[in-house]
Amino acid sequence: MLGYIVRRLVSAALVVVLTSMFLFLLFFKGPSDPARPLCDLNGKCTPEKLAILTEDLGLNDSVVHQYGIWAKGLVSDREIKFGATFTCEAPCLGISYRTRGEVRKELVEKLPATLSIAVGGATIYLVTGVLLGTIAARKRGTNMDRGLVAVSVFISAIPYYVVALLLWIFFSLQWKWFEDTSYHPLTEDPLAWAWALVLPWFAIGLTSSTAYARYSRGQMIEALGEDFVRTATAKGVSERAVVIRHALRAAIVPIITIFGLDFAFLLSGTVFTEQIFQIDGIGRWAIQSLRSPVDFPVVAATVLFAAIIVVVANLIVDILYSVIDPRVRLS
Amino acid sequence: MSEVTHGLPDGAAEIELGDGLIDELADEAELLDADSSVLKPHAPTELDPSRPAILEADGLRMYFPVKSSGILRRTVAHVQAVDGVSFQVPAGGSLGLVGESGCGKSTTGRLITRLEKPTSGAIRFEGEDLAKLSKREMKPVRREVQMIFQDPYSSLNPRHTVGTIVGTPLQVHDVVPKKQVLSRVQELLEVVGLNPEHYNRYPNEFSGGQRQRIGIARALALQPKLLVADEPVSALDVSIQAQVINLLQDIQREFDVAFLFIAHDLAVVRHFCPEIAVMYLGKIVEIGDRESIYSAPRHPYTQALLSAVPDVRQASTGGRRERIRLEGDVPSPIDPPSGCRFRTRCPIAQEICAKHEPPLLQIGRRHKVACHFPGRLGQAPTEPLTARLLGVDAHGNPDAGASPSAEILEQRPGYADTWFDLDNKTFARA
Amino acid sequence: MSIPTTSTGVSSSNDGDQQEPFLVVDGLTVRFPTHDGLVQAVTDLSYSVRRGETLGIVGESGSGKSVSSMAVLGLHNPRQTRLNGSITVGGVEVVGASQHTLRSIRGNDVAMIFQDPLTALHPFYSIGSQIAEAYRVHHDVSKKQARERAIEMLARVGIPQPSRRVDDYPHQFSGGMRQRAMIAMALVNDPKLLIADEPTTALDVTVQAQILDLLQDLQREYNSAIVMITHDLGVIAEIADEVLVMYGGRAVEKGSTSEVLTHPEMPYTWGLLSSVPDVTADTTTRLLPIPGTPPSLLSPPPGCAFEPRCIHATAVPGDLCATTLPLLAPGRSAHHLKRCHLPDPDAIYEQFVIPEVAPEAGETR
Repeated sequence: MLGYIVRRLVSAALVVVLTSMFLFLLFFKGPSDPARPLCDLNGKCTPEKLAILTEDLGLNDSVVHQYGIWAKGLVSDREIKFGATFTCEAPCLGISYRTRGEVRKELVEKLPATLSIAVGGATIYLVTGVLLGTIAARKRGTNMDRGLVAVSVFISAIPYYVVALLLWIFFSLQWKWFEDTSYHPLTEDPLAWAWALVLPWFAIGLTSSTAYARYSRGQMIEALGEDFVRTATAKGVSERAVVIRHALRAAIVPIITIFGLDFAFLLSGTVFTEQIFQIDGIGRWAIQSLRSPVDFPVVAATVLFAAIIVVVANLIVDILYSVIDPRVRLS
Repeated sequence: MSEVTHGLPDGAAEIELGDGLIDELADEAELLDADSSVLKPHAPTELDPSRPAILEADGLRMYFPVKSSGILRRTVAHVQAVDGVSFQVPAGGSLGLVGESGCGKSTTGRLITRLEKPTSGAIRFEGEDLAKLSKREMKPVRREVQMIFQDPYSSLNPRHTVGTIVGTPLQVHDVVPKKQVLSRVQELLEVVGLNPEHYNRYPNEFSGGQRQRIGIARALALQPKLLVADEPVSALDVSIQAQVINLLQDIQREFDVAFLFIAHDLAVVRHFCPEIAVMYLGKIVEIGDRESIYSAPRHPYTQALLSAVPDVRQASTGGRRERIRLEGDVPSPIDPPSGCRFRTRCPIAQEICAKHEPPLLQIGRRHKVACHFPGRLGQAPTEPLTARLLGVDAHGNPDAGASPSAEILEQRPGYADTWFDLDNKTFARA
Repeated sequence: MSIPTTSTGVSSSNDGDQQEPFLVVDGLTVRFPTHDGLVQAVTDLSYSVRRGETLGIVGESGSGKSVSSMAVLGLHNPRQTRLNGSITVGGVEVVGASQHTLRSIRGNDVAMIFQDPLTALHPFYSIGSQIAEAYRVHHDVSKKQARERAIEMLARVGIPQPSRRVDDYPHQFSGGMRQRAMIAMALVNDPKLLIADEPTTALDVTVQAQILDLLQDLQREYNSAIVMITHDLGVIAEIADEVLVMYGGRAVEKGSTSEVLTHPEMPYTWGLLSSVPDVTADTTTRLLPIPGTPPSLLSPPPGCAFEPRCIHATAVPGDLCATTLPLLAPGRSAHHLKRCHLPDPDAIYEQFVIPEVAPEAGETR
C-alpha cells in the first residue's frame, strides 16, 4: 500500500514538472514577443526600454536556463530584476509583472476564497445529489422518481452562469438578502464568511447536484439489484440499513471517482463564480493575468496550482478506493 | 413415431461433405430451430488411432508473472498456470480436457489458439510450431484454428447483426467474393440449425442456445480444421445443452473438424470425446482413451473426480453412495506443492510423493498416468512403482542400485508402442 | 434439540407424517407487470415441506423455481409484483404480510443460500461481520458476542482456522469456502427452513460433493427443512426426499424422489433425463435433446405449456394437449402427481425412454 502511494506521488510530481516545463516553452518560444506589450504598458515604448525589458525577462537566455532559475527559486531565495530589484523569498514563484508583488504571497492570499467556494459547493452538490439519487432509486418507477428526474434534467439544461447570474441579480441586487458577496476570512468572522458565500455555494450546488442525483440514481439502481443486497434483505436487515450499509456503500465507489475529477475541475475553474459574485479568488486572478500584457509568473502559478490540485484529487480518490474496497487494499 | 422421437423430419436434407454446401433447404423453420435436423444422425464419436495428429502440444508452459507491491514492481513469483502439458489431437478427432477451476485447462485452450503466447513449449499444428509465430504470421493459421466460447451472451457483439458477426471472418480473410458473403452466411446459419432468414437480427433477439449456435456458425465460417471449445455448453440450460452437443458432433462428422473440448462436466466430455486428459494444478495427471479414464482410472484424482459426480440413478438405490471425499482446496499455483502436486489432498500419498514428481508413465496402449502408486480404486500398490524408474528407493531417497530409465521418463506427446503393465509389473508391447 | 432423522431415501417421508408441514405453499401465483405485458412467472403452485425433509425443485431458467422460493421470503419488490395464493411459514402467512413480519422471518425462521457466493456476499465487508450482522438482526447481543458466534459458525461449516479467517474478505476465500461461509451465515440463527437456490452450480464437482455432504450433516443436526432448487437431477437424486419438477411457471410432476426419478410420468421429465449424458451411459448413442425452447411467459400456450416441444403429444387423441391445460393429478400412485394428458405414460416410457436413459434399468424392473 505504502509502495503504491509512493509510486503515485512520484508520477504526480512528474506531471506537475512536465506541466511547468510545457508552460515555459509556450511563453518563451511562443509566436509573439512577451516583452512588447509590457513595454507598451507605461508610456511610450522605446527601443532602449524594450532591450532592458527583454534582458530582465531573461528572453536573451535559453528557455532551459530560465526554467532552471525559476525552479531553483522554489527552494531558495531569488533576486529578480524587473525595473527595480526585488528579493523573492523561497519558495519563490516570481514577481507579478502587473502588481510587482510576490506571486506566492498573492496566491496564499487568494487561496482561502477559492477553497471555500469549491469545498462548500462540492459538499452541497455531493450530499444533495447522492441523497436525491438514493431516494429516486429507492422509489424507482414512482411519480416521485419521475418528478426528480424531470426537475434535474430541467435544471441541468440551464447554463451554470445563467443560474449564478440570476441568483446574484435577485438575491443580491434586488432583494439585497445577500448583498455583500465579497470574501470575508473564516477566521475573522465565520458568520460573515458563510453569509457571503451562500449564493456561490448555492449556485454551484444547485447546478451540479442534478447531475450527481442522476448519476447516483443510476449507480444505486444497479447496486440495489446486486446479489449481495438481496442477501442482506434475506437476512432480515431493515430496508434503511440495506440501502445505506449495503447498496450505497457499493454505489459510492464510482460516484467518488467522478467527484474527484469534478472537484479538481471545480477548484481550478471557479472563474465564473468569482467573476459573477466579484470574489477575489484564484479564478479571477488567473483571468486577469491572461489579459495583455500576459502576467507570466501569475499564469505559471495558477496553472501549476491547477495541475497540483488535479493530481492530488486523483491521488485522494485512489486512496479512498482502497479504504472502501478491500479488494484494492489487499491485492 | 420413431423418426419423430429422434427429432428428424421425413426427408431431411443432407449436406455435401467437404465444401459444406447444402443440397436442399428444409422448409420448416420450426424444425430448423428445434434441432440441427438438416444433418444426419451421426455415427458415434470413436477413436480412429490411424489418423495422424493435427495438433501436438509438447511441454507447454504458461507462467504468469506476479509483481511485488513495492515501489519497484519486481516480478516476485509466477503463477504456474500450465506447466509442461503434452498431448495430441488426431485429425477429425477430439480430445477432452477436464479438471476443476484453476487447473489450467482454459489457459491451455488460450495457448492453442494463441490468445496467449506460451512461456515455453511447442504447439505443432500440421507440423508447424505456432508457439513461435508472430501475430502477423498467425493470421493465416487463425483460419484453421477457431474457438467457441463459454458465454453466448458476452462473446457476441450486441450491436452487430448475426449476418455481420458470422460474415466478418469471411471478409477479413477474404475467402469468398463480397457478393457471396450473405449466401454463405445463410448457409452457415442453416448448418447450425438457425433460420437463415434471421441474418439481420441482433444477438439479443435469440435465446442462449441460439446464441451459442451463432458462435458456432462464426467459428465454422472459415472451415477450420481445429475447434477449441471452452465450456461450450456449461452456460446453457440442460435441455439446450443436448441440442448443442449433438450439433457439435454433427459438425465434427460432416466437416471432419478436430476438437479440443474443454469442460468441467465429466459426463459431457465422456460423451463427446474418445480421448480425455485430466488436469490438476497445471499438469496432466492422467490421459487416455475413454474406456481407460472412465472405467479404469488409475490416478487417485481422476477416481475422486468421477466419484463426486452426482448420479441420477441413485434415486433407485436410495441413499448416497460412498465416494472419495477430497478435503480442503486446490493449493495455490504460485507455490505448488513439491513433488506430486496432488499429494496434499491425496488419500494414498506417501513420502516419495513430496520428493519426486511422478512421471506421466504410459501404462496401457493409450493410457498414461502420473502417479507413484497407480492402481485400481482401493487397490493402490503399497510400494511406489516409479521408484526404480526414477533411480530412488521406496522413500524417494537416491538408490545406487537402481538405474533410471530415460526412455520411459521422457515425456513426449502421443503414445509409444511399449508401456509399463501395472498388473504384471513388466513392460508390454503392442 | 435435534431429532435424528434420516434425510435420504424413502424412509423419511414416513417420519414426516407425524408433524405438520413447516412450509406450505398453496395456489401461489406470481405475476410481473412489464412494458411488454404480464410475465406469468409462477402459476398455481402448491407444495409443502416438513422439518427434517428435503424438497428438490427442478427446472430450467424461466421455469419459476427461483421466483417461487424468493416469494417465501417476500423478496420481490411489491410495487413490481402481483402475488396471489398463500404461503405459510410455521403457520404464519407470508403473502401480504407487513415488512415487520417478513423481517422477523427472514434469516431467522427461514434462511436462504444463493447460487454464486462471490456475488451474494458483500465485497466490502469481512466474512465475519456479514455473519455477525445476520445474527445481530435477530439477537440483542454485543458486537463481540456476535463475532464469537460467527467464529463458532465458521468452525461448524468446516472453515480451517476460523478465528483468523473471520476477518477475511470474500475475495480471499476460495469458491467452496465462500459457499461454506454463506451456509454459516444462513444457519447462524438456527433456521427451521433453508432455501438453497442452486447452491452448488457455480462450484467444482469435488467441492459440490463437500457442500452437499455438509448440508446433509447440518440438516440431521438441526432437523431443518430444506428446499433445494437446482437444474441438476443428479443433485436431486443425491439429497432430495421429494421432488417437484417445474416448467413454464407450473408444477408438472411431483412425488418422492425415488418414484419420480425411476418412474417419471411426464414427457418433460423424460426429456430432462434423456438429454443429460451420465458418466456410465452408452456413448455410441446420440443424446436426445428436448427440441425447441421454453415457452414465453408473456403469452404461454393455452394448453399444456410443454406441448410445443413434446414429441409424445401425438399419442394423445385430438388436439387436447394444445387446447386444454392438463390438471396436476395422481398417476400410478396417489402421491405421485403429473400434469399430462398421456393416457398410458408408463407404456411410452418403457417403450421409448428407458432404452435411451437406462437400458439396464429396463431389464431390472
